[in-house]
Amino acid sequence: MKIHQLSLFLENSPGKALEPCRVLSCAGVNIRTLNLADTQQFGILRLIVDDWERGRQLLQAAGYVVNVTEVVAVEVDDQPGGLVRLLECLDSSGVNIEYMYAFTFGRGGRAVLIFRFDSPDVAIECLRGSDINVLGAPEL
Amino acid sequence: MSYHSASAPDYLPLPRMRELQLARLRAIAARAYERVALFRERMDERSLDPECLRDIADLARLPFTTKSDLRDTYPFGLFASPMAEVVRLHASSGTTGKPIVVAYTREDLAVWTEVMVRALAACGLTRGDIVQNAYGYGLFTGGLGAHYGVEGLGATVIPISGGNTDRQITVMRDFRVTAICCTPSYFLHLAERAGELGIDMHTLPLRAGIFGAEPWTDSMRRRLESEGGIRAYDIYGLSEIIGPGVAVECGCQDGLHIFEDHFYPEVVDPETGEVLPDGEEGELVLTTLSKQAMPMIRYRTRDITRLMTEPCPCGRTLRRMSRISRRSDDMLIIRGVNVFPSQIEHALLQAEGTLPHYQIILTRQKGLDAVEVQVEVTPQVFSDEVRTLEGLQQRLSDAIDRTLGLRVSVRLVAPRTIARSEGKAKRVIDRRES
Repeated sequence: MKIHQLSLFLENSPGKALEPCRVLSCAGVNIRTLNLADTQQFGILRLIVDDWERGRQLLQAAGYVVNVTEVVAVEVDDQPGGLVRLLECLDSSGVNIEYMYAFTFGRGGRAVLIFRFDSPDVAIECLRGSDINVLGAPEL
Repeated sequence: MSYHSASAPDYLPLPRMRELQLARLRAIAARAYERVALFRERMDERSLDPECLRDIADLARLPFTTKSDLRDTYPFGLFASPMAEVVRLHASSGTTGKPIVVAYTREDLAVWTEVMVRALAACGLTRGDIVQNAYGYGLFTGGLGAHYGVEGLGATVIPISGGNTDRQITVMRDFRVTAICCTPSYFLHLAERAGELGIDMHTLPLRAGIFGAEPWTDSMRRRLESEGGIRAYDIYGLSEIIGPGVAVECGCQDGLHIFEDHFYPEVVDPETGEVLPDGEEGELVLTTLSKQAMPMIRYRTRDITRLMTEPCPCGRTLRRMSRISRRSDDMLIIRGVNVFPSQIEHALLQAEGTLPHYQIILTRQKGLDAVEVQVEVTPQVFSDEVRTLEGLQQRLSDAIDRTLGLRVSVRLVAPRTIARSEGKAKRVIDRRES
């Protein structure tokens, strides 16, 4: 149930985020969601795409250093308290969140959170035990 | 083990070698004295003449020749042969000021081919090898020097010259290339590009790389060998002396055997010019013992090395020089501290385990020297977590700080953003106003 996330190194300067997105778009790879972590000097662009293997190939061929990490996508209610319930559940499991980002679908009042855990398998088990919906790649 | 017949002088007993060297030195000094005005003037000023050479050690009494002598006498001022006997000219690129020009008679070309044959044989090449010669063909001595060496050896040369990396990779694969000659930085570029094209170099028949024209380290060797699935050999040479083929590593990969029956080595203190005892590190000074068109007497190479006199397990009696770690003229003075780019390279290697592509940028900010070391992010060190990359940045700058005692800023840059030269890697950009 883990999702493959592509990360790439970007220099912190104008236009740098555009180029990789263009590489993917020209080849018809769709970006489901993304997140940009930035520091003063560099950024890390994290992408979830519909075909991660092809996405990685395209980006590497375009000269990017691409890292593939397994992240967990979790669905919560898009309403007050939705996130709290999820975090409480994780808190009890003792797994550590390295980082997270969120997006909402344009349908059904649900939001999706992407988590990078230090131990994703423990997290998934814990979430499932609490009836929280962990999404697989096809559902994304 | 089979030996190429050209390699016989590699195994001369020492007394015989010294005799040969002295005889050749006397002849070449006499030739230079008779035919090269600058050399004669300098000898006369010191009341010396070639007859004073009774022993090889007497060489130390003779005046040095420097690169500026070649520039000052540009283009043909140091030639000892009339143009009717000169069959080839080469020239340096002349990135700083005037280029220098070097000349060869037919005999000189034969010597050059001979030492290149011996060099390639020392790297284990033989008939049947298919050698991709990716040194630039042209005024640069690398291309043609290696070319005639491979042909002389009886191996097959592919005169592909430098550049057009994708075609190099196709040729390497399709022609079943077994050895390559190029600069070490260009080979890394090739390996990187091959990876991008989905070609695993370890599956190719390529087994040896003969790398020269820029200094490289043992850690670089590990990277060349692991990325290319080859053995990497260091070859040394310079146009002023002959081109590639002055010295080369053998299978022991522990120092470069100098073809000292043609190029006599001394190591001197770069400040005082005093000859140093064997084993001490200093500037390499070379005297050509057989070159007709342009004899070089005690040429200051600016390369820092030491002579190794211990016998080599390969059986060659030729003295070895340690690999060039730095040049006496690439020293940078940063905030009053003497810095060699090789020290920064060493620090990066220690911190990261492999040598990344890097470049040192010097600027002056409010009157103070500022150093930025740009380091390319590699797949091995890249992470999706910010703190890991910030930690890397910190480790690199700490490592440089410890080595140099100088605070520098390290900037991680995207892969392939530092220019790869197909000739020599440009490690330092000095933007300080002088």
